[in-house]
Amino acid sequence: MAKLHITTSINGEATEFLCEPHETLLDVLRNDLQMTGTKEGCGSGDCGACSVTVDGRLTCACLVLGVEAAGREIGTIEGIGSSDKLSVIQEKFLEHAALQCGICTPGLVVSTQALLEQNPNPTEAEARYFLAGNLCRCTGYDKIIRAVLDAAATMRGAA
Amino acid sequence: MSEAREFKYIGQSTIRPDGFDKVTGRANYGADLSLPGMIWGKILRSPHAHAIIKRLDTSRAEAFPGVLAVATHSDFPSVTDQAIESGEGSLTLLDLARNVLAKDKVLYHGHAIVAIAAKTSAIAEQALALIDIEYEVLKPVMDVREAMAAGAPILHPDMFTQGLAEKPTTASNVATRLEYKMGDIEAGFKDADVVVEREFYTPTAHQGYIEPHACTVRFEKDGQSMIWCSTQGHFDVRASTAKLLAMDLGKLKVIASEIGGGFGGKTTVYLEPVALILSRKSGRPVKMIMDRDEVFKATGPGSATRSWVKIGARKDGTITAMQGRLAYEAGAFKGSPVMMGCMTAFTPYAVSNMYIEGFDVVVNKAKVAAYRAPGAPQAEFAVEMLVNELAVKLDRDPIDLRLQNAAQEGTQTIYGPKFKRVGLVECLEAARDSKHYQQALAANQGRGVAAGFWFNVGGQSSVHINMNPDGTGTIVEGSPDIGGSRASMQMMAAEAMGIEPGRLKPIIGDTENVAFSAGTGGSRTTFATGMAVIEAAEDVVAQMKQRAASMWNVTAEQVEWVDGVALNTAGEDRLSLAEICAGADRTGGQISGRGNINARGAGPSFAVHLCDVEVDKDTGKVDVVRYTAVQDAGKAIHPKYVEGQYQGGAVQGIGWALNEEYIYSADGLLENAGFLDYRIPVASDLPMIDAIIVEVPNNFHPYGVRGVGESGIIPPLAAVGYAVENAIGVPVTDLPLSPPRVFNLIQGKG
Amino acid sequence: MARVTFSSTQQQFTVDAECEVDAGNYRELIAAITSRYPALDRAELLQMAVAIDGEIIHEPLLELVDSDSEIHFFHFIAGG
Repeated sequence: MAKLHITTSINGEATEFLCEPHETLLDVLRNDLQMTGTKEGCGSGDCGACSVTVDGRLTCACLVLGVEAAGREIGTIEGIGSSDKLSVIQEKFLEHAALQCGICTPGLVVSTQALLEQNPNPTEAEARYFLAGNLCRCTGYDKIIRAVLDAAATMRGAA
Repeated sequence: MSEAREFKYIGQSTIRPDGFDKVTGRANYGADLSLPGMIWGKILRSPHAHAIIKRLDTSRAEAFPGVLAVATHSDFPSVTDQAIESGEGSLTLLDLARNVLAKDKVLYHGHAIVAIAAKTSAIAEQALALIDIEYEVLKPVMDVREAMAAGAPILHPDMFTQGLAEKPTTASNVATRLEYKMGDIEAGFKDADVVVEREFYTPTAHQGYIEPHACTVRFEKDGQSMIWCSTQGHFDVRASTAKLLAMDLGKLKVIASEIGGGFGGKTTVYLEPVALILSRKSGRPVKMIMDRDEVFKATGPGSATRSWVKIGARKDGTITAMQGRLAYEAGAFKGSPVMMGCMTAFTPYAVSNMYIEGFDVVVNKAKVAAYRAPGAPQAEFAVEMLVNELAVKLDRDPIDLRLQNAAQEGTQTIYGPKFKRVGLVECLEAARDSKHYQQALAANQGRGVAAGFWFNVGGQSSVHINMNPDGTGTIVEGSPDIGGSRASMQMMAAEAMGIEPGRLKPIIGDTENVAFSAGTGGSRTTFATGMAVIEAAEDVVAQMKQRAASMWNVTAEQVEWVDGVALNTAGEDRLSLAEICAGADRTGGQISGRGNINARGAGPSFAVHLCDVEVDKDTGKVDVVRYTAVQDAGKAIHPKYVEGQYQGGAVQGIGWALNEEYIYSADGLLENAGFLDYRIPVASDLPMIDAIIVEVPNNFHPYGVRGVGESGIIPPLAAVGYAVENAIGVPVTDLPLSPPRVFNLIQGKG
Repeated sequence: MARVTFSSTQQQFTVDAECEVDAGNYRELIAAITSRYPALDRAELLQMAVAIDGEIIHEPLLELVDSDSEIHFFHFIAGG
């Protein structure tokens, strides 16, 4: 089948790519655009490792087709923080040792950013439920939640 | 070697040196490497749990446009049967080859049969459907009772049980029988006033790492090959692959990518030898990534087990006898961790009379691999449930009863040696004195206490530290970093050299640029690789002192090294490390230190957990409302990462106790091969996990370190299991305690 | 005399659970054991782990053995 030519915007940057109709956005990011920061853990939307935003909405990239990115704004881990400074969320994850193997971390950072944009002052329960779609096998979630709540407090303090 | 001492850098929770890469997505894992000209490999897997392959014809698949190579078992050169250390004890080479690609027979749902490499993974998948294959389906054997029963279908006609008094003449599904004993078990029970016994069941559970197995490989015409893969042990990958493919070790370079979880499941090979065959046959680099369902179906979960345990004690609380029988599922090929179950089960207790029997049993399920303290969680579940029952019968506090019988320095173990200094008593006391233990329980709540023991291992580690002219340096070590260990390496080297940790960059070398290092597992890395790092750092310091001595024209003995500075004791001179490095090319060249060791003296780590649950009697749902994990770290190099190990192990154990299990159809097909239905704990399932670090130093390590990675998964099964029993007032025998099972127990239908 | 305790699988071949051996180092120990118990496979014996005076040693070939050493044989423990 012939590839389709798609024009989109990723992390604020105009981007084009060719993809087959069956390719997911995750396939496109990782294989066609070499943006391997977004990880594949399951391919079926159950683990959250591929969390991205599509027009600001938190989504699993494995559940979106590459062609659906046309004309939309895609947000990935590569767009969080800048080339010389980590975001508060990223810093807090490191400070709290909220990662061990780190494979779930990009997805969690993207999801946490989405959480705090929606709810700058989440309770522990609210944070846990919002992030329930991001699986972590290493940490038991304790330090992740602490990092998230601390990031929220810091961002509120700075606001 | 290590009394309670003040450390300059050890014991702080520094920011890990690879942290920036990990939180930005820059870190490269197994699936993240692409090479020019790369093609994709996919595997045809058995749709049956047990079948003979009657006919296999790959010609239509090979002819499909875009397909560049096909591999089957016949592509393995003829290899002799030798035991290989692939991180999970001895696994014969023939078994490994047959597991990686089936020969003549398929032995579990998902067993790999044929691999295809094509220009895209979609083409490879389409070509799999063109493979002509005919099976003679056989009756599968799906649990130990079935497998051990007379007349059971036999998986391997050449399997005769080892370890029996008389060598058997008929084939069996029991690969091995073991026994361990101490004292006089019959006398021990005669001496008992109270006896408790019960049978237990634990299900097949997967390590559940979020990153699927993945590799990118390249086989070149001159025989030089490269494997990039996600692994806990790249030297083991090299050894296994070279043996399977009859290659020289020196021609096979293995690079360990960052690893997205392993927990023992990535200590063996599945894709790598297959990918290399495809690369050799196609002349192209090959990438292979497992889908999530392949991970569940065809990698190595932890053994399902059936156990029986009996414990006797006097009225005064002295345990006089401990006896058990453990039957562990090995999966399709022999080699479950039943031996380690037998060795660890009773080991937290100082009891004179012990007897335990173990059976390694094959069944038509995936060949098991190591899963965090392999064999121990299942056995300890049974023992700790019964010790809690015993406490009730003796009207004793469960921690107090354990303190009375706790293993200590000098306690004789069932497997031979007597303990050196260990920290079980300290852990029990910390649990007893914790805030958690003082909390009263509310309605529908229950509490469970449980202990656990793991030996921890030492083994080979090699490190070199290369200094730069500006006084910075690189620590080159060979232990893939699963959990942040490179931060600890940085700190241990800094401590030994007396300089800021940030001046040293730890990296993990590949099999060509770092000397041999055993895999990351067995809770060995901070201990053994740490020791090698310290030795290399001390080598650097010794050389620094030598250079300073030569510059001052004194002897090395007259030079003292304090906080990264060389001091001339025979005069006033001083030189910093950076200054010595700056002048190093004029005193003998830049300095490089070395530590190549086979570490001994690994200190065991005891753990004690407390769990409070609340049970919804209408639905059987169990919520963990409070959890405390206490464990002896010897000396916590990086306290937050040590806590992280305790918390991670606890949550894997909670998942195993409450909801994780492999669910098979009547035909032996795996029905829940995905994260939706193989339900591991998610953030909303859990409270904060209190982690209490106890430090009883291990005198064999310069800083007192004990490995901590594994013990934390051992207590949770009984801590949770008994908490449920305590809450509902009904004995618990089978895991997981998922809502239907708990509901039935409450209803009296359990 | 060093006291040697055999693993449960070894005991199938030795019958004895323990024995006493006169040896100054590990090689002498192995030689003494295999001559006393010819059914024990020397090659397999050299593959096993051993605890000498309570310390688990995976590569014991160069070890010295004392007159009151306690030796225990067992298979390699593997972790996860």
